[in-house]
Amino acid sequence: MHPAYSVILFTTASGAGYGLLALLGLTGANHGSASDFWFGAVSMLVALGLITVGLLASTFHLGHPERAWRAFSQWRSSWLSREGVLAVATYIPACLFGLLWVMPDSNETLLQLLGVITAMLAMVTVVCTAMIYASLATVRAWRHWMVVPVYLIFSLSTGAALLFALASVFGRTGIPALGVITIAALTLAAIAKLIYWAGIDSMKPIYTMGDATGLAGGVRQWELPHTSENYIQSEMGFRVARKHGQKLRMIVGGCLVAAMVLVWIAFAIGGSTGPVFALLAVVLAGVAAVVERWLFFAQAKHVVSLFYGEQSV
Amino acid sequence: MTTLPDTTRPGQKKLGLVIDLDTCVGCQACAVSCKEWNTQGYSAPLTDLEPYGPDPTGAWLNRIHGYETGEGDNARGLHFPRSCLHCETPACVTVCPTGASYKREEDGIVLVNPDTCIGCKLCSWACPYGAREYDQDDGVMKKCTLCVDRIYNENLEPEDRKPACVKACPTGARHFGDLGDENSDVSKLVKGRGGFDLLPQMDYKPVNKYLPPRVRRDKAGGVEATPLETVGSGDGSLAERVFSWIDEALS
Repeated sequence: MHPAYSVILFTTASGAGYGLLALLGLTGANHGSASDFWFGAVSMLVALGLITVGLLASTFHLGHPERAWRAFSQWRSSWLSREGVLAVATYIPACLFGLLWVMPDSNETLLQLLGVITAMLAMVTVVCTAMIYASLATVRAWRHWMVVPVYLIFSLSTGAALLFALASVFGRTGIPALGVITIAALTLAAIAKLIYWAGIDSMKPIYTMGDATGLAGGVRQWELPHTSENYIQSEMGFRVARKHGQKLRMIVGGCLVAAMVLVWIAFAIGGSTGPVFALLAVVLAGVAAVVERWLFFAQAKHVVSLFYGEQSV
Repeated sequence: MTTLPDTTRPGQKKLGLVIDLDTCVGCQACAVSCKEWNTQGYSAPLTDLEPYGPDPTGAWLNRIHGYETGEGDNARGLHFPRSCLHCETPACVTVCPTGASYKREEDGIVLVNPDTCIGCKLCSWACPYGAREYDQDDGVMKKCTLCVDRIYNENLEPEDRKPACVKACPTGARHFGDLGDENSDVSKLVKGRGGFDLLPQMDYKPVNKYLPPRVRRDKAGGVEATPLETVGSGDGSLAERVFSWIDEALS
């Protein structure tokens, strides 16, 4: 599948934003008001900013972005529509939560309730994003049971890396739980991706060119219908990444491990240099997420390739 | 609405095509006439980009592949037209976030409303048959309309109220009709010739059917041609001897 940069930017940026938002919601639900106005305000702005940038990026690849509002109508059947509805719906409790969280003397019960609702909506939105892909019968690699968990875990781990960095920038590197959660989330991300890659690599083909054409006796392609690449080939027949697949997977794993080490260093040294390592960890976790998402598209084969010379998928 | 109409009702009309892989000669007339009609009809404009440049590309609703089956002397090539199959359970419709992609209740034709399509391309991902092509210039998805603007068009002569591809086919390899009616000509054709679905295990329930190539006789046409040199040594009739003399005189 063709990896559109706008879709990669959308799923990774909004994923990190929703992960951060969910963790902030849970932090509010657990510990009450933000410990510091600026820490609370900046964290909320970063989370909502990333989500907004991601949502805007997702409209870049549309043929008619001005009609994007129509996408809120078909939530009964379409995961893409559901994602749109939930993405917008999440802003309401998230903004209310953010306001209450940074203000002094907020109602604790209301804060807790809004925090939990925000966290839940953020995660359900990420599930909807994943389901857009996981619901397509035409791309077998996306039907793998790890697709939804991987989207959730990457959202939470990049969100955790962000939260850790924000906390350390505001002089809160000494929170052991946050460091542990971040390292654990990044470890889970690496494990989830290993399980997914092993899963798609060992998939046995179930559809053949014979099934696609209904012809028996070893079907081969001898003539393409057109002399230059058409939309179907450029969108669904993407091959570039297959060559570098293994190296790119190593880069994802390497970045995740490096991010874990940097979080640990930032936690251990603290002080004024700690935040530098924490921010570097965010960059590396981000690179891992982007490369992982690129591979998610580039290494997925579409059933339609059976009509274009692929013997089985 | 992207929820699907109930197609299990008795008497449900299911308009579609039956394509005969035995008689298709790969002349591309169906693809060209499809392009010609649809670039001025419902799907207009059906854009080509750089049509006369070094790397032309564009949206076509019908593509003719060439496949080969069998081995050695039994190998045979055949032509394979591929277009929208107007499935009974089309995922291209249910994934559409705007409701632009829909299946008509009255005849089962799957259409895209070009005024509400946002060009997200998700429907093309959901189609296993590659039936939908994105029009980069128009910014919306294009697909076979089964010439919905011809088949009900009272401005056309009754014999012209057929999809453009069916009208254009010089070998009669394309048939149009109601596959929901088991007494229709197309349904009988499918039954008689063992028409089949593409990728039936994916359960999209295509309405369009393909007719398999007929079983071929072992030797080409059953003719064992006699070498020219031995023409004279035939049955010894007068005609035979005359031809033999001519053959010798000319040799």
